[in-house]
Amino acid sequence: MNTRRPPLLSASGLSVTYGGSVTAVCEVDLEVAEGETLALVGESGCGKSTLGRALLRLEPASAGTITFAGTDISRLSRAGLRLARADMQMVFQDPMGSLNPRRSIGAIIAEPLRQTRGVSVADALRRARELLERVGLSASMADRRPHEFSGGQRQRIGIARALASSPRFIVADEPVSALDVSVQAQVINLLGDLTRQENLTMVFISHDLGVVRHVATRVAVMYLGQIVEIADRDDFFAGPEHPYSEALLSAVPALRGDPSEVVRERIVLRGELPNPAAPPAGCRFNTRCAYATDLCLTETPALREITEGRMVRCHFPASDPDGRAVAAVDRDEDPIEHTAISSPTKEIA
Amino acid sequence: MRVTQPSDSVPLSLRSLAARRFGAVSWVGFAAWIIVIAFLLLAVFGPLFIATDPLRQTPGALLPIGSPGHPLGTDNLGRDELSRLVHGARPLIGIALLSTLFAALIGTTIGLIAGYSGGWIDQLLMRTTDLVLAFPSLLLIILLVSVTGAGPFPLVTGITVAMAPSFARLVRALCAREMARDYVTSATLAGTRAPRIMLVEILPNLTGPLLVQVMTTISVAAGFSAGMSYIGLGIQPPQPDWGYMVQAAQQFIYSQPSLIILPATCTLLFVVACNFVGDDLRDRFDLRRDL
Repeated sequence: MNTRRPPLLSASGLSVTYGGSVTAVCEVDLEVAEGETLALVGESGCGKSTLGRALLRLEPASAGTITFAGTDISRLSRAGLRLARADMQMVFQDPMGSLNPRRSIGAIIAEPLRQTRGVSVADALRRARELLERVGLSASMADRRPHEFSGGQRQRIGIARALASSPRFIVADEPVSALDVSVQAQVINLLGDLTRQENLTMVFISHDLGVVRHVATRVAVMYLGQIVEIADRDDFFAGPEHPYSEALLSAVPALRGDPSEVVRERIVLRGELPNPAAPPAGCRFNTRCAYATDLCLTETPALREITEGRMVRCHFPASDPDGRAVAAVDRDEDPIEHTAISSPTKEIA
Repeated sequence: MRVTQPSDSVPLSLRSLAARRFGAVSWVGFAAWIIVIAFLLLAVFGPLFIATDPLRQTPGALLPIGSPGHPLGTDNLGRDELSRLVHGARPLIGIALLSTLFAALIGTTIGLIAGYSGGWIDQLLMRTTDLVLAFPSLLLIILLVSVTGAGPFPLVTGITVAMAPSFARLVRALCAREMARDYVTSATLAGTRAPRIMLVEILPNLTGPLLVQVMTTISVAAGFSAGMSYIGLGIQPPQPDWGYMVQAAQQFIYSQPSLIILPATCTLLFVVACNFVGDDLRDRFDLRRDL
């Protein structure tokens, strides 16, 4: 599909474990090419935020390596990491909590520049004013404190701070989910414009597929700490491969009368996300999957490339109707009933 | 037509002026502020306006209040009570302020490092703090002062050691709460080093509770200072000090009760007023938090 460039950031075998037992992120292999926007999607608690933070080494990885621009940052010392972080920044979800209420926004934006690039206070403040203009605020606001701004304005300030040290890579952790819908689009557009202008590489964490469709160039779906599907944006929205992706996408309201919109049957996932401390054996999605067979209960599927640039972690992806047919036959012989109720809603046990 | 605000019709009193500048002030809070400020002014400038030497003994011993030349009378050695009261403010308030300052500095440093670092550093610092906290404060101060000998500097040291742990605990808890907020993560990402994160990012967010604790500690330290002087381990005679003055006047409790009542009331007023100022600050900062 698109011409693949060498990855700016790659993670291999990356795991994050909490309290010795809960594996929030499990052996993730991920490559982010220079200039692309990779969206990490999944429901709450699937480990997407943890993964995003682990990529910046804000969470300690229990296993695996992270390579950024040819450097293995997972082995960097504290001092080395400090300087490396000039190139990797983050936009936070909560635009209030991420701005220090006691500092002026000028000082907030200038801080990364002063600390990682060794710029003088005066020069850093000058740049902070420029950045304020770039994100659509006024340079004269630099002396004000965060509480004087609205949610959308604060998120613009957060973006300005993230861009201050001219990073190459940004993790945006649900940057608009705390904002009013009316403001979301503005912030998304701003983020999109800036990424293009600065040729930024971005990992965009979201559970809102509508936003993802607008922002991302590639989509990675996470379920229970694992990546279950990676695809180019258009491929993903045209037809997801993993049953979980199908369920996610079917939950996005379709625009009536939009001819490009593939009308999907609504798939309602039944049950809760399993306890990450004790994930199911075999495929982690087998407790909620419509196509699960005995194979899925015992054998963990690998994340395999089924077409160019398209990876899926499933024994029976959508592009393999024969496999699914076989699986269906298997299931009929299965004493455990998988109820499949047809229209208008297909429920999956 | 302009509607007259209720506040416009109120005559311009000190309280309404304070309210304009600092927001609504309760009567108790306002009185407490005034008393604390008055005592501070008394301690700093009072001795400059009192010509009478507090140590000079005159022939007239135990003169009553209102005696010519001695508006508050004299003590058993014929020393002017007014002069002794005014000069006695300095040691008590000075010791209270100094030991609170040192306790706040030491305790805040320990608390910030413990709260920021976590792990074994946190454990080490906080268990040491607990160890000090396990001693009753007054006993600890008596212990320290009896080792080093009585006097103002041992007293300051003793009260500092006794008071620092509560600052350490408070700041550690507040700091740990701030650590969970994204702006600290953001500071780490910005490449800000640990000492700067503690002082520039976190500490300014703790000022409210910290100020309340400072006022409470001043009142407790003033109480300790007076108490230690009372039992003879603080300010030594003939230096005038409220705590010591109460002790010296005990034998005249029936003949001249004002010798006890005056220094005791001064101590009490200062201690209570400091507490109410602390309460007033707490109210203000609690309100600001919600905004």
